[in-house]
Amino acid sequence: MGMTITEKILAFHAGKRYVEAGELVTAKLDGVMFNDISGPLAIIEYEKMNYQNVFDKERIYIVLDHFTPNANIKAAAQCRLLRRFARDKQIKHFYDVGLMGIEHALLPEQGLIAPGELVIGGDSHTCTYGALGAFSTGVGSTDLAAGMALGKLWFKIPASIKFSYQGKLSPFVTGKDLILYTIGKIGVDGALYKTMEFTGEAIQQLTMDSRFTMCNMAIEAGAKNGIVPPDQETERYFAQHNYCNRQALFYQSDADAKYSEIFEWEVSSLEPQIAMPHSPGNVKDVGEVGTISIDQAIIGSCTNGRLEDLRAAAKLLQGKKVHPYVRTIIIPATQSIYRQAIKEGLVDIFVEAGCAVSTPTCGPCFGGHMGVLAEGERAVSTTNRNFIGRMGHPASEVYLASPLVAAASAITGKITHPQEVR
Amino acid sequence: MGKAFIFGDNVDTDSIVPGRYLSVSDPQELAKVCMEGYQLGFISKITAGDIFIAGKNFGCGSSREHAPVSIKAAGVACVIAQSFARIFFRNAINIGLPVVESDAAIKDIEQGNVVVVDFEQGRIVNLTKLQSYSFAPYPPEIKAIIDCGGLVAYVQTHQIKI
Ligand code: SF4
Repeated sequence: MGMTITEKILAFHAGKRYVEAGELVTAKLDGVMFNDISGPLAIIEYEKMNYQNVFDKERIYIVLDHFTPNANIKAAAQCRLLRRFARDKQIKHFYDVGLMGIEHALLPEQGLIAPGELVIGGDSHTCTYGALGAFSTGVGSTDLAAGMALGKLWFKIPASIKFSYQGKLSPFVTGKDLILYTIGKIGVDGALYKTMEFTGEAIQQLTMDSRFTMCNMAIEAGAKNGIVPPDQETERYFAQHNYCNRQALFYQSDADAKYSEIFEWEVSSLEPQIAMPHSPGNVKDVGEVGTISIDQAIIGSCTNGRLEDLRAAAKLLQGKKVHPYVRTIIIPATQSIYRQAIKEGLVDIFVEAGCAVSTPTCGPCFGGHMGVLAEGERAVSTTNRNFIGRMGHPASEVYLASPLVAAASAITGKITHPQEVR
Repeated sequence: MGKAFIFGDNVDTDSIVPGRYLSVSDPQELAKVCMEGYQLGFISKITAGDIFIAGKNFGCGSSREHAPVSIKAAGVACVIAQSFARIFFRNAINIGLPVVESDAAIKDIEQGNVVVVDFEQGRIVNLTKLQSYSFAPYPPEIKAIIDCGGLVAYVQTHQIKI
């Protein structure tokens, strides 16, 4: 019996020739990432374990991205704890304000993730790196502590679900729409404990930025990881970003690999999608939602704060103004994306249109700071979650969509199909 | 032993501990906001030993360990669900919050029933209805962590063995 990409990566790291779904293995880690939310608890637990040194100073990645620049005094204390730890343990890849970007955009961009690697992160959206053909998954703080100490961790080999998307996406339809559509179809627990393997013609045509967006939201269907078979686009991206001289292993699933389910969808006529409150699985065509006025638009996050996303938003916003009642906040996900956006004139377009452009931060995505919603307010957002109270007051609402839909909606003041503002 | 609280499907970690409270790590402080995103002031209803009963995918959403930590520190003895989100499940085991999957229990137990969980026997007993429901034992690898009282103690006792 053949193996899937995910099984091959886990088998390799567990020192085995063959593994199958359901098996428990102990596997070596190529990287351990945490942030200013998962990190403090991880350090407290790590210290209890009585280890003098982390397993590898160059394989621990610390990113202060959630409540930074320090949103309040408590957050400042949490960050201080991480800064001290990073200096004390001489962590090489420590990203503080000024260098920092949103972790899941930052790590691949910095060349810290190679195809074929096994990475854990103290954040559920760690599954993003599957876009590079790596196995990556989110864990909690105590797992981080153990991973940091030992350089290995136990895993249950997940069963894989194969998604095959046929056809060519129409203009205005992006990776975000594909993944929202998918979650809408299978539900928020449709891939619970499993791998989502994204394949097919439509995936091959996606840029890396869009593939990151898709794998990012695998967790929103309950998945353990998302993965895209590496191809030329993966190789191109990795070669361009391999600043750390990492060894890449390009795994493919065998033809006779076992899948627990296979979905095949023709997506040529797919419309832009939107997830209505309060679930990423509550998905509709944008054209179907009727009139929904909004108070805020957010373009950013680990889902859609990459260059491609900013370019798409700028295309619609160029020469226009956002609606006077809509606070439009645009957050490039990393410093280098920010810089490139300035060079290309995107930031100019945004400011000219009446948007606020911020230094990289998770900020509003999880209701932390920089755009928290009041009671009764509504936001359209390019982020990944719209749970009750996610962005502020429990009686506020979040609508998840692509940067194109968010930008179009910012202009008109209500949820809008991008076609309408061309 | 304690009274049962019934929750539905897909209770997310933002309901358990909303994002705005994530700049604290102290279990006692986190206990005060347990289920705050689900219902303001929920903690005032919980007494030590109580049990959460939930549907599918309990603990979905973020990886925040603050969620199981808060439930444990609030005094909840066990969470019984039809299924758990995987990161929540791992975290709960790692910090020593008992989590059990049982279809039969969640179908039968009602709000306020008095319930006790016998981990050795793999049985949930409903003292109000005089019913009991069995659940599958944990695999040995996971049981070893539970028996140590969590992953920190496990790593301490096994040091490099994991
Ligand atoms: S941008 Fe949002 S979803 Fe992504 S890591 Fe930050 S808080 Fe989490």
